[in-house]
Amino acid sequence: MFPACKYTLQARQCLCSLKVLQREHLPSLICATRWSSSSSTTPRITSHYTVYPRDKDPRWEGVNMERFADEADVVIVGAGPAGLSAAIRLKQLAGEQGKELRVCVVEKASQIGAHTLSGACIEPSALQELFPDWKERGAPLHTPVTEDKFGILTEKYRIPVPILPGLPMNNHGNYIVRLGHLVSWLGEQAEELGVELYPGYAAAEVLFHEDGSVKGIATNDVGISKDGSPKDTFERGMELHAKVTIFGEGCHGHLAKQLYKHFNLRQHCEPQTYAIGLKEVWVIDEKKWKPGRVEHTVGWPLDRHSYGGSFLYHLNEGEPLVALGFVVGLDYQNPYMNPFREFQRWKHHPTVLPTLEGGKRIAYGARALNEGGFQSLPKLTFPGGMLVGCSPGFMNVPKIKGTHSAMKSGMMAAETVFSKLTNENLQSETKGLCVPEYEENLKNSWVWKELYSVRNIRPSCHGLFGVYGGMVYTGIFYWILRGKEPWTLKHKGLDSAQLKPAKDCMPIEYPKPDGKISFDLLSSVALSGTNHEHDQPPHLTLKNDNIPVNNNLAIYDGPEQRFCPAGVYEYVPKETGDGMRLQINAQNCVHCKTCDIKDPSQNINWVVPEGGGGPAYNGM
Amino acid sequence: MAGRVLVGVKRVIDYAVKIRVKPDKTGVVTDGVKHSMNPFCEIAVEEAVRLREKKLMKEVIAVSCGPQQCQETIRTALAMGADRGIHVEVSGKDYENLGPLQVSKIMAALAKKEEASLVIVGKQAIDGDCNQTGQMTAALLDWPQGTFASEVSVDGDGLKVEREIDGGLESVRIKMPAVVTADLRLNEPRYATLPNIMKAKKKKIASVKPADLGVELTSRLEILAVEDPPQRQSGVKVESVQDLVTKLRDSGTL
Repeated sequence: MFPACKYTLQARQCLCSLKVLQREHLPSLICATRWSSSSSTTPRITSHYTVYPRDKDPRWEGVNMERFADEADVVIVGAGPAGLSAAIRLKQLAGEQGKELRVCVVEKASQIGAHTLSGACIEPSALQELFPDWKERGAPLHTPVTEDKFGILTEKYRIPVPILPGLPMNNHGNYIVRLGHLVSWLGEQAEELGVELYPGYAAAEVLFHEDGSVKGIATNDVGISKDGSPKDTFERGMELHAKVTIFGEGCHGHLAKQLYKHFNLRQHCEPQTYAIGLKEVWVIDEKKWKPGRVEHTVGWPLDRHSYGGSFLYHLNEGEPLVALGFVVGLDYQNPYMNPFREFQRWKHHPTVLPTLEGGKRIAYGARALNEGGFQSLPKLTFPGGMLVGCSPGFMNVPKIKGTHSAMKSGMMAAETVFSKLTNENLQSETKGLCVPEYEENLKNSWVWKELYSVRNIRPSCHGLFGVYGGMVYTGIFYWILRGKEPWTLKHKGLDSAQLKPAKDCMPIEYPKPDGKISFDLLSSVALSGTNHEHDQPPHLTLKNDNIPVNNNLAIYDGPEQRFCPAGVYEYVPKETGDGMRLQINAQNCVHCKTCDIKDPSQNINWVVPEGGGGPAYNGM
Repeated sequence: MAGRVLVGVKRVIDYAVKIRVKPDKTGVVTDGVKHSMNPFCEIAVEEAVRLREKKLMKEVIAVSCGPQQCQETIRTALAMGADRGIHVEVSGKDYENLGPLQVSKIMAALAKKEEASLVIVGKQAIDGDCNQTGQMTAALLDWPQGTFASEVSVDGDGLKVEREIDGGLESVRIKMPAVVTADLRLNEPRYATLPNIMKAKKKKIASVKPADLGVELTSRLEILAVEDPPQRQSGVKVESVQDLVTKLRDSGTL
C-alpha cells in the first residue's frame, strides 16, 4: 500500500504495528467492563469510572462531558528527573536555534518533587551533560561520597565486603542527594527556560487520533463523589494535544500500563520485575554523623533467596541527617513477608542501631523500583509518543542507580523530538509523530552499554545460592569480564506469579515496634504527609470486587495487607458477621504502585486520583 | 450598586503535613514543605466569586501578604474566579513577625484604596488559629462585621449574615461597606481547574510594599521559643471506682 522505498525501516515498523492494531477493535478508553457479579454478600468496593463507565450510568445522564482542549508542541507526563530533563533539553535546543516551542509538563504532585523518593546516590554524568555549570547554578549536590561500605549481615554480626574499584557499587565521584530537592531545582531551571509546569494536575487518560496515533493526554476530572456520582463541583479535565507526548511517569506508570497493551510494546521483552523501597530520613546525634559515608548491606533479615538489602547515607547539608532504607525484591514467594516490618526490624541490628540511637525520625516514604534492566526494556516509541525514565526502566540495579540513565533518556528523547519537529521536510504518515530515532540513539549510547554489561547480575541471584551466588557471579563476570559473556539470563517471570499459597509457607514473627527506633505503620504513613480528597472514588480499583476475599485472602492470606507500605488494604470482619471484607483506605496511598505489581490475582488496577493528592515528601 | 470585594488569602503549611519544630526553636520548618491556601480562605474566595457571578458585586480582588511564593496562592484564587490580585511584599524578619494586627492594618489600607464595599476573609488561619484579622480590620475601618458566616445574602443596601455561634445560629443584618469572615459551612469551594490556571496566568497581580500603604509592620510581640507539646503519657486502666478514687488521691488531683 505504501511505496516501500519512501520510508525508513523504523517508520515502516511503526506503521505496520499500527495497521495490526487497526484490524483489531480499538477502544479509545481502556477499561475493563467486566461487571462485578457481586455475590449477595460482597459489599461494593470499586466505583471508579474506568470500571463502571459513565456513559452507561444513569446518574451521569445530561452531564456536560465536553472538555476544554489546548495545543502544545510537546506534552510531557511526569515532572521527575526524566520528564524535566526532556523539557529542559527541548527548551535549550529551541533557544540555541532560535525556534519557538511550547512545552507543557503535567505532574500529579501538588508541588514538583513532592512525589519523588529515592536513596539517593547519583552519578552526575547526565546532569553534567544537561547543565555543565550545575555547580554555579546551585544544584543541590552538597555531599560528595567519601566512604563506601558494604556488608553482609547475619542476625548478630556484620561481614565486611570490600568495594574494589570496578565493582558496580563503587561510588567514587558520586554524590549523595535528596532527590526531591534536585527535582525541585530542575523544575525551577525548567520554568526559567519557559517550560509550562502544571503541578497538581494528573494525566488521567491518553487521547488518540483517528489513525490510532497518540494525540495527547487529558487531565483528571474533579468533583466525583465516593460512590461515582457527580458532585456540584464536578468539572471535566482538560485535553492537552501535542505533536509528541513523552511519558515519564516513573516506575510502573498507569498510563504506560495502558500503552503497553494498546501498542503491544512488550511483545519482545521479558516482563518487568520490581522491588519495593522504603525510606526514612533521620536527624541523628552529631557524634555518630559521618557526612559522605555510603553504607549498603545484604543478608539479615532477608534469607538468601529473597533479593533485597539496605542503604544508609550520611548527608552533608547542615543538620546531621541520614537517609536510610530497605529494598525488598517483589519476586518473593512467602505471602507472609511484610517489607515494612523487615525494614523496621533491620534497624535493630547491632551495627545499625548505634547510628540511630538518640536520633529523631523526620520523614517516611516508599516507592516501587525497577529491577528488570536490559531484558525488560519494552519498545520505547509508538506513533505520537515515547517512554522515558523509570517508566520503561533504565535503572542499573547492581549499581543501585537509575537517575543518571533516566535523565539521559529524557535528554535523548528531547533531542530526537526536536530534530523531528524542526524538520521542515517532515512527512509523517500519522498525525502523532513517530520518533523511532529515539530508540536507535539510545541503543548507541552509554545507557544501553551500561545496562547490557550488568544484565546478568540480577537474574544470577535466582540460583541455588541466592544473593550470594549473585555476588560471586558479579565478581567473576562483571568485575573481571565486564559483562561481555555471550549469554543473557532470564528473569523468573511476573512478580505477581511468584507467591506460594499461604498454607505452604511459614508465617514470619516480626518484633513489635519500640517507638524509638522502629515504628508502627500508621504513624509512619502520617509522616509521609499523604492525603487525598476523601470524597472521590477510590483510585485503587478492582476489576472484580469478589476476588480479594475469594482468592487473595483464601489462598494467599491477603498479601496486600502486608506489602502495602501505607496500610491501604485491610481485611476486616463484615458488619453482618459472616466473613471478611476488604477495606480500601485510599486516602493513605503513597502512590508506590506495589499493589498493582504484586497482587497475585492482578485484580488491582492503580489509576491516578485527583491531582494534588498523594504524599507530601520534602527532599526524599 | 455592585461594588468591589476584597478577599484575603493566606499561604499556610498544608493541613495534612506533619510539622517539625526547627532545631533552634525559633519556629517551624517551612523550607520545601508543602504549602497550600488556607481552607477558610478558599471558602472566602468561593463566596466572593459567587457574589460576582450573581452580579451582586462587580469585581473580586485577591490579596495576600508575604514572600514571593504567595503569588502561587493568589494565582489559585485567580483560577477560582478572582479578577485581579494584589501581592503585598513582606519577607524575612518582617514576615516572621507578621500577625493579625499588621495584616488587618494592610487590609484596611487596601480596602480604602480600592474603595471596596466588602472585605471577606477566612475566620482563622490553620497555622496561627488567631481568629483576629477580620475583626481587627472591621474595627480599624469602623465598618460593621459579620463573623463566622455560614450564609451571606444581600439585603437592600446591606447584608444578611447567618452566624455560627456557640448556642446555634444568629442572624444579623449589617450595612455595607462591611467585613465578613467565612466559616466552614458557608459553601464548598470549586476546584481550580487547569484551563482556569492557564487563564489566570494572564490576570494581573500587582505588587505593593506595606510602606506604600502607610503601614508600619513592627510587632509588639516577640517569639521566645517554639516547642513540641509534651509527649502524651499512656493512660492506666482501673478495675473499679475505688481504684480510680485512690489513684486520683495519690496524684494529688483530689
